[in-house]
Amino acid sequence: MLLQQLVNGLTLGAVYTLVALSFSLVMGILSVLNIAIGELFMLGGYLGFAIIARGLPLPLAMAVAMLGACVVAVIIQKIAYEPLRDAPLITPMLSTLGFSIILQNVVTNVWGSDPLQLPSEMFDGDFQIGPVRIGVMQIVVIGVTIILVGAVAYLVQRTPAGRALRAIAENRDVARLLGVSVSKTTFLAFAISGLLAGAAGVLISLHYAAITPYIGVDIGLKAIAVMVIGGTTRVWGALLAGPLIGIAEVLTIAYGGSQIRDLVVYGLMILILLLRPQGLLGGARSDVGQRV
Amino acid sequence: MTVLALNGVGKRFGGIQALTDVSLEVPAGRIVGVIGPNGAGKTTLFNVITGAYRASSGDVLLAGNNITQWPSHRIMQSGIARTFQNIRLFASMTVWEHLLVAQPRAGGLWRSVMPIGWADAEARTRAEDALVFFGLEQYRDVIARTLPYGIQRKVEMARALTAQPKLLLLDEPVAGMNAEEADELRALFHGLNARGLSILLIEHDMPFVMSLCHQLYVLNFGVLIAEGTPDAVRNDPVVLDAYLGTEAA
Repeated sequence: MLLQQLVNGLTLGAVYTLVALSFSLVMGILSVLNIAIGELFMLGGYLGFAIIARGLPLPLAMAVAMLGACVVAVIIQKIAYEPLRDAPLITPMLSTLGFSIILQNVVTNVWGSDPLQLPSEMFDGDFQIGPVRIGVMQIVVIGVTIILVGAVAYLVQRTPAGRALRAIAENRDVARLLGVSVSKTTFLAFAISGLLAGAAGVLISLHYAAITPYIGVDIGLKAIAVMVIGGTTRVWGALLAGPLIGIAEVLTIAYGGSQIRDLVVYGLMILILLLRPQGLLGGARSDVGQRV
Repeated sequence: MTVLALNGVGKRFGGIQALTDVSLEVPAGRIVGVIGPNGAGKTTLFNVITGAYRASSGDVLLAGNNITQWPSHRIMQSGIARTFQNIRLFASMTVWEHLLVAQPRAGGLWRSVMPIGWADAEARTRAEDALVFFGLEQYRDVIARTLPYGIQRKVEMARALTAQPKLLLLDEPVAGMNAEEADELRALFHGLNARGLSILLIEHDMPFVMSLCHQLYVLNFGVLIAEGTPDAVRNDPVVLDAYLGTEAA
């Protein structure tokens, strides 16, 4: 039973991880919380859902959702962030909040506010491994997450674009003086974060076999908690914190009741903020690099 | 041929005039020094040249192009590289990564998400060259910030060089170094200069500046008060009075 819950928690945690990574890519290099990422995720979910519900293959659904969310992410960058880049950090954050409300309204108008259900026969196979039952859907969710996290890790650690991202995250002024283009790199960060959010949206609609226009707020806030718990200065904190929160949530529902589920997740976040403000993987302040 | 020229450059911060009507030239293949007391405006001068600050008046010309209004990254991609007074390395990067990060990026977005070997094989070669030139081979995969101070300085210079600059700006390159390390750096700078690189440096260490530079400018309270060869400047009474004092007389 416990083992079964761990697997379920991992699946949920995988989605949290992706959304948290999406938040922290933008947060890490711009120090701006792009609140609309929650809604990009929701939008990705609907786009994927629309395609799966027509009986088209999952990879196509993923591709459309990722591209759709990526395009909207770039629009958000151009309209909600770029003109405000020299304003105090709270200003672009508020404009992304505005964008998130718009997105929610658009989706509600297109698809309605009632939850949409996936046909029940989809991905309903499962494997019995000892006492644990793993659904095909769970394997898809975890597998896709691993592939995407691997792709992001490769990009950030091994490519010129990734080095530019890290350089700007650490010290934007020095990076600029080394010839790193901040606007190109910002574009890239928004685009990748959109791709990840879109993919995560499809995965969550598979996980719940349903989607509502309000899922972005729910999961988005949890992903922010995951990012904080993992450490906002360390992109990889989400890899640890995502599964942790997913498992904590599932175990709480199983053994404590679903009414206290959010209490546990956000309680953990507050606890971390009090005891280890830099997050689980966040380094010492001096590691972050000085500003010019 | 002139690599860098400043024509009447001024910089004002609110009520403070940090630079007034500064004009100087760095001829191709020369090592030019700017000296002056603390607060004379030397670092401000570098920041104006590199686009970190906008000049309030006057023009900055790089190889004949007016770069006064260009953004920093464009200036750096057009042939200026710099080091910093306080070493500014990235905490998460190895020495090798530092040598890749400053390279002018060939190609577009697609190339930038490929591994360096495919994206830009020449960048890799340049990084190898810089690694060897500064004798950093043994530190290749070490996180640069964990290295001794003198080595970190070299990493910073190597990083600046990988950008293939026409002009290298050095902000107090031998600050905090002992005589032996300074000698080693001087030899490296002469070596770079021999390869055709022009250098503009700010430095406090007088013997170092005098023995390295072909041409000197003296800045005091944001105004150039003298220029000439090291010998001429050393014996200029205005300079002696303002800056060098009796120490170098």
